[in-house]
Amino acid sequence: MEKGKNFVLGIFEDEDVLVHGVEQIRTEGVKIQEVFTPFPVHGLDAALGYKPSNLPIAAFLFGMTGTCLGLTMMIAMMGYDWPMNIGGKPYVPLPDFIPITFETTVLLASLGMVGTFMAICGLGPWNNKPFMFDPRSTDDKFVMVIDLAKNKLNNQQIEMILKNHGAQEVNFKSLN
Amino acid sequence: MTEEKFIFSSGSKKKIFTTIGAGLVLMVLGTIILLNKGHHSAHGVAEHAVEHHGSPTWILRIIKDLWLNTVFFSGIALVGVFFVAFNYIAQAGWSVVVKRVAESFGYFLPVGGFIMVLLFLFFQHDLFHWTHHDVYEPGEHFDEILNGKKGYLNTVFFLARMVIYFALWYLIWKNIRNNSLAEDLNSDLKYHDKSIFWSAIFLIVFGVTSSTSSWDWVMSIDPHFFSTMFGWYVLASWFVSGLSMIAIIVVTLKENGYLSVVNSSHLHDLGKFMFAFSIFWSYVWFAQFLLIYYANIPEEAIYFVERLKNDVYSPIFFMNIFINFAFPFLTLMTAQSKRQAIILKIVAIAIIIGHWFDFYIMMTPPLLKQEGGLDVTILFIELGSIMIFGGLFFYFILNGLSKASLVPKNHPMLQESLHHTVHL
Repeated sequence: MEKGKNFVLGIFEDEDVLVHGVEQIRTEGVKIQEVFTPFPVHGLDAALGYKPSNLPIAAFLFGMTGTCLGLTMMIAMMGYDWPMNIGGKPYVPLPDFIPITFETTVLLASLGMVGTFMAICGLGPWNNKPFMFDPRSTDDKFVMVIDLAKNKLNNQQIEMILKNHGAQEVNFKSLN
Repeated sequence: MTEEKFIFSSGSKKKIFTTIGAGLVLMVLGTIILLNKGHHSAHGVAEHAVEHHGSPTWILRIIKDLWLNTVFFSGIALVGVFFVAFNYIAQAGWSVVVKRVAESFGYFLPVGGFIMVLLFLFFQHDLFHWTHHDVYEPGEHFDEILNGKKGYLNTVFFLARMVIYFALWYLIWKNIRNNSLAEDLNSDLKYHDKSIFWSAIFLIVFGVTSSTSSWDWVMSIDPHFFSTMFGWYVLASWFVSGLSMIAIIVVTLKENGYLSVVNSSHLHDLGKFMFAFSIFWSYVWFAQFLLIYYANIPEEAIYFVERLKNDVYSPIFFMNIFINFAFPFLTLMTAQSKRQAIILKIVAIAIIIGHWFDFYIMMTPPLLKQEGGLDVTILFIELGSIMIFGGLFFYFILNGLSKASLVPKNHPMLQESLHHTVHL
């Protein structure tokens, strides 16, 4: 996380209040940076105005890599390196290769997506103390994070707006 | 909410009867074309055809089309009941607003059953090689393999099975339908519970009969061939066509101002079903192909030799894979395309045409040998037969649909369905 920034944290207790609150707060001109929830909340992405993730593109690219690698492996092994006569089939019987190609595609697509996701989120063995705005967002609270530098309103105004739209408490957090 | 009823106008009825009439005219025209060009090749056919077949190719072709369409549309009707049943068992809420459409498919079941029994009684010797007596008697035509299958493939048991399938399907559907209609008048929850009970019974019956009926009606046309995947293969083909038919009718009703409660999320779910089960069909198709290709046992491999290594049928064979796998897979891949009524309709129509050809490629080669390929007559005879049976199908199910409210009024999950939203 970037140092020297000031955040307002709105703590919500109910997901419906949160989703409606997000819509209302955005219409009042407050820019929300992120909302942390203990579980996936349906409709929250749309309320926050997030664009759909680009992760499927990564999945497609990794999957195509898997297809090519799988086919190359089998054709190199069975066709060139050590050709074997199995049931009188050709050395490169494409129908037989389809299940394995499918598996390598799925394997690389899924591993690649997990890797991409972890890299984007900064998760991994090198990061064993992840930063959290409020640890209760992993338990029973929904935490809305607002970056003060990106908003024209001041602390008190934002606090008022959050309280008006159902925030149970409002905290301030400075990173340094 | 207010009751919404589908009005089966005399205009639509007239359109359906015109379609049936045009189909008949096309079939007659196609027969004339076939008779005119058939003279010079008649001799060659006679050599290829199985010795018992007395009927000339054009009669055989018409009988085959009648049988094909009966099996295809009865299967779609059956899938309508299956759709209602598994949604009850899964306690699915979203499907309540489209449930009546699927439910109305059952009105075609007795019609399909009636036509099928008639076709079998009159044309069994043309359709099914195993119905000839001399293959079981010692002599020139004695067939050891068929003699071994005599316990299952004999006329009496076959006919009894056919009647039992349709009777069971119809009776269970009738119970589900009656409970659904009674629920409209009375909001007692017992009707819902009874529907769940009959749905469970239907799934048990369907689990067995969907396989056995496809062995009977499709696989036994080529009685030497057998495949353990065949029941699933036919089921997948029926299922995805039935889902597409539900989607077509829902979208068309919406275009005509009915079913305003169906939103893009319901279409999204129907699209997911079509997408998933197109892939399921491809999976089953490929599983059957790969096992037969790999094991290479002559009586199994002949199925693909007849279709793949034959210039007459290989175009249909490859078109079948493209239109039933590649096209829906690529078109319905994104979430947005599943939510657009027009894309859903185009893909659903393509899937139905594709799976009609799937049944075509299953049934035609053993019956017509080299005479069943793609040529001009297909636009007359086959298209005509589809128009006749499609017209009949739509007449009976739309007539049934107009008998009750389009959306069940007291279904316990109605509110869930009305507020159904798929979050992207």
